Amino acid sequence: MSPKLRKFLEFCKDFSSNKVALVAFFIFLLILFVAIFAPLVSPTDPYDLNTVSIMNSRLPPFSEDFSGNYFLLGTDGAGRDMISAIFYGLRVSLGVGVLSGIFALIIGSFFGISAAFFGGRYESIIMRIVDIQLSFPSILVALIILAAFGKGVEKTIIALILVQWAYYARTARSSALVEINKEYVDAARCLAFGNTRIMFKHILPNCMAPLIVVGTLQTAHAISLEATLSFLGLGLPITEPSLGLLIGNGFEYMYSGDFWISIFPGVALLITVASINLVGDHLRDMFNPRLH
Amino acid sequence: MTAFICTRFAQSILVLFIMSLLVFGGVNLVGDPVEMLINPEADQAEVERVIRELGLDRPVTEQYWYFLVNAFKGDLGSSFIFGEPALKLIIQRMPATLELALFSLFISLIIAIPLGIYAGYNPDSKASKVIMAGSILGFSMPTFWVGIIFIMIFAVQLGWLPSTGRGEIGTFMGINSSLFTLNGLSHVFLPALNLALFKISSVIRLTRAGTREIILQDYITFARSKGISEKRVVLIHVLKNILIPIVTVVGLEFGSLIAFSTVTETVFAWPGMGKLIIDSIYNLDRPVIVAYLMIIVTFFVFLNLIVDIIYTFLDPRVRIKGDHQ
Repeated sequence: MSPKLRKFLEFCKDFSSNKVALVAFFIFLLILFVAIFAPLVSPTDPYDLNTVSIMNSRLPPFSEDFSGNYFLLGTDGAGRDMISAIFYGLRVSLGVGVLSGIFALIIGSFFGISAAFFGGRYESIIMRIVDIQLSFPSILVALIILAAFGKGVEKTIIALILVQWAYYARTARSSALVEINKEYVDAARCLAFGNTRIMFKHILPNCMAPLIVVGTLQTAHAISLEATLSFLGLGLPITEPSLGLLIGNGFEYMYSGDFWISIFPGVALLITVASINLVGDHLRDMFNPRLH
Repeated sequence: MTAFICTRFAQSILVLFIMSLLVFGGVNLVGDPVEMLINPEADQAEVERVIRELGLDRPVTEQYWYFLVNAFKGDLGSSFIFGEPALKLIIQRMPATLELALFSLFISLIIAIPLGIYAGYNPDSKASKVIMAGSILGFSMPTFWVGIIFIMIFAVQLGWLPSTGRGEIGTFMGINSSLFTLNGLSHVFLPALNLALFKISSVIRLTRAGTREIILQDYITFARSKGISEKRVVLIHVLKNILIPIVTVVGLEFGSLIAFSTVTETVFAWPGMGKLIIDSIYNLDRPVIVAYLMIIVTFFVFLNLIVDIIYTFLDPRVRIKGDHQ
């Protein structure tokens, strides 16, 4: 067995020691599957105008229409099948959350590692910007961007990246500061490798563990924040119906007792965010040397 | 020390300046408020008159300069919709937001501190595990969705509490607030609980961590060996010592309650600043958007400046590091 594989198996064993986190992980995989293959697993295409009929609007869960279509979670105000709308919504929500997380990870670890590597004035300016940004609550940062520049997919993603990058930068810098004093970095310097190569081929891989922990928790936060912004009507446009928009659409029917239109998308959002948080929480405990 | 305060002050001003550029620039690059304001059947002359009146025919740089000059005079422009000064509109709605935030802070402390102490005191009991799982759930639940569920259960189904608006306003010691009337309290309860949810989760975790640390200290062992009852040990010795970090953190995060109240206010139609900014964004009421963002950014920048300065007094290590830079 190669040492890499053994290390991976050890990690899997360690991870499975917490049953709650393991279950959460499998739930997340299931959600991911549903989100990626939404068009295949959904009973109907909720945005195909040929199949959606206004006659079916606001049917309660477990009902059937005249042509025999079955609506497990009922329909919304426009007659769309709720469960299909939720599957498609998961796709948008996860897509926006994960995409912004990846960009924020790249930008944040670039600035964090280079700050630790070069030090001096460059480091203090970068870290001062990080500190200032982290002193603002995430929703305020997003609100400033979206209120000033208007809503839209790219703008929402930019707002989410801006909210998250500082966390990655701070984490990357603090672990890079530890790594820089290790011998392998000295060795790489002696071999006259370029700065970029040392930073991203040598130091970065050794900083990945804490970055992944921050990444899971931040992605959960980003998904939740995107839902909030879209609910407020500031995030995604109605052409990209995320879970937050679905909940917002159901809000107007709530006073007439049609609870399913906003409850079920919310449950889907809650399960998604909670499962990512549980996995992230367990990863953090695993990587925290103080607990061992 | 003085050098440290001066640098921080200069940085704060710089942040405010960059924010004003960003906010003003962004707001003036998107959307056309004239389209929203004017009757679609109005003729060209009418449209031009409105544009001139609002000062929108001038170049953006000139508009920005006027904005800065007027902002220093305390004039942040007038609302396109209400025709009143934006600053006045925001200040009118400030008490509603502050009372919502204060009440929700109160609720979160009342609920979270006992639960946190319990979970820290009996870390392995079933109930503690439930409390901790609940706090993760609390972190994961989207606030606005919980608000919707509260309305559905307590207002629509059970009819116990009102779900929208602010109640009657009472006066106590010269302060007007809806917290002083029963009707007002019934209105504020659901939104405040909703806003408190996130804070409850974080305070539970903080209290639990603090309790677990304190319970191992020598002075607790000493108190026990003196024969003090366990109840007294927890209520006096543990509680007093965890209150210090909790009060600091919660005080610092009061600002975030105000920022997050935007969401709660929208769900519960609470007439505060948060609802005003969301409504203004819908209506493209630029002066109000700019004024709100600038006021809240200024508030945060100076809150942090004050906290930084207080910390240097309390913890000399911060100061040394600051001077060193």
